[in-house]
Amino acid sequence: MIENYRKRKLVNTLMKGLVFFFTILSLVPLLFILFYLIKQGIGAINWEFLTHLPKPVGESGGGVFNAIVGTIILIVLSTLMAVPLGIGAGIYLAEVKAGKLAYLLRLGTDILQGTPSIVLGVIAYLWVVKPMKSFSALAGSVALAIMMLPMIVCSTEETLKLIPYSLKEAALALGVPYYRTILKVILPAGFSGILTGILLGIARIAGETAPLLFTAFGSPYLNLNPLKPISALPLVVFNYASSPYPDWWRQAWGASFVLTVMVLVFNLAAKIGTRKWEIKF
Amino acid sequence: MTFNRDKLFEKSLTLSAWLVVILVAAMCLSLVLYALPVFRTTGFGFLFHRLWDPLQGKFGAMPFLVGTLLTSFLALLFSLPFSLAIAIFLGEYFNSGKIALFFQNTTSLLAGIPSVIYGFWGLFVLVPLVRKLEIKLGVLPYGVGIFTASLILSIMIIPYAASVGREVISLVPSELKEAAYALGATRWEVIRHVIFPYARSGIFAGILLSLGRAIGETMAVTMVIGNNNQFPTSLFAPANTMASVIANEFTEATSDVYLSALIAIALLLFLVTTVINIIGRYIIEKLSV
Repeated sequence: MIENYRKRKLVNTLMKGLVFFFTILSLVPLLFILFYLIKQGIGAINWEFLTHLPKPVGESGGGVFNAIVGTIILIVLSTLMAVPLGIGAGIYLAEVKAGKLAYLLRLGTDILQGTPSIVLGVIAYLWVVKPMKSFSALAGSVALAIMMLPMIVCSTEETLKLIPYSLKEAALALGVPYYRTILKVILPAGFSGILTGILLGIARIAGETAPLLFTAFGSPYLNLNPLKPISALPLVVFNYASSPYPDWWRQAWGASFVLTVMVLVFNLAAKIGTRKWEIKF
Repeated sequence: MTFNRDKLFEKSLTLSAWLVVILVAAMCLSLVLYALPVFRTTGFGFLFHRLWDPLQGKFGAMPFLVGTLLTSFLALLFSLPFSLAIAIFLGEYFNSGKIALFFQNTTSLLAGIPSVIYGFWGLFVLVPLVRKLEIKLGVLPYGVGIFTASLILSIMIIPYAASVGREVISLVPSELKEAAYALGATRWEVIRHVIFPYARSGIFAGILLSLGRAIGETMAVTMVIGNNNQFPTSLFAPANTMASVIANEFTEATSDVYLSALIAIALLLFLVTTVINIIGRYIIEKLSV
């Protein structure tokens, strides 16, 4: 009896140790990446790096200003495309709930959520680059917008579901027409949740490279025209990292750092937004 | 007037719902349409041929199918003990408090790092390490290859798998656990005989979802797998996955058949990840109801 008891206790301690060991061990590569990114990244960043265009091969110096601008343009364009459609579809799901179209829509967003980003790049190539015969910022944003869409649909639906039905009933009882009830009462009440979804969506697409490889394509110049190829930070990281020049590797670390900070800022903003404007009823 | 506006509003909602559905349908349709030429020229042998030589017009997707299977299953294998341990650690031992918060923040931070940066890090840190290991083992020291790609993939999917696992473990009703404790069970016995059986399907779903991730992951793999179109003969050999061959060759595809072959691979990738994801989501949905 005592023997058995000791054995069980031993197994318990042993397994606890094993779980703790593997958990802590798993942090090692993750922290290693972070450490490397910060160490190499900060060293590469200076004023010139952030505000100058790339120099031709062989000349050292230069910066990634065009890529920072390009990433911002891509984010703005894809957000403009994805947000209205996503919110509309999200409201539909929250309002209609059941039915054939709702079922299909749910299935569709599930499918989009799991679609590998490279496939979206292929789609944008077929839909935009091929007919227009040119790589373009527009094509890149189409790919990113499709990627963002399911997150916005889901966050809109989840948020609106949390809003108490009494709020809607009160508005309708006062004689407010249905569309005004949704637009002026329900949507503002769920504003923070939807905004969080959008910010998380942006954080997800900001660092994406695969859908941009053959859509936005990259460019060494500063480009503001959405119908021309455009540079982006993730593309710079990829191209510079696979180049044979140590100076470009240094710049790739710098670009990685800027990109990570950007993604973090969006993630953090989403977190703070949820906490600050949490729906309380 | 108001009546009309209500109708208009409802119609525009329905329209956006339809647009999303049509978007997905159109995606499938274009992939199928553009993939047709390669199936017309090579038949379904496209999936089974081992030779991929665009210059001679030979397109067989088998090397990439095997490459994807090997990298993603190896990655799953490497990551499993770690993600399970984190899931138990955060779901059972420390499900609240400062340590839990620290781990949650670290993992969400690391899940936010773009995959191209994982690839970059892998290329400059992991590849030299693997090369040293390969010299010790006496295999050709490429450094890049299936093994390296699996390592970087496993690092990338740990946070994801762990967070799904933590969630399903925390769904286990505390009455069940308390009942077992009341009978004198140790903590490990509760984990082994109450939590695992209850969360089994959820953990399986988490594994499926991270498998879907690993299969579709492109950039990190592309950067460390070595870009080699031969049928992989060893775990340390350079190879290509479905995603990485698209990333590497799409802009070089000069002929229509070549492009169509790459699009057919994209279609395959799309179908596989979709099936895996839908099954995984279905299991989790059933569990949380």
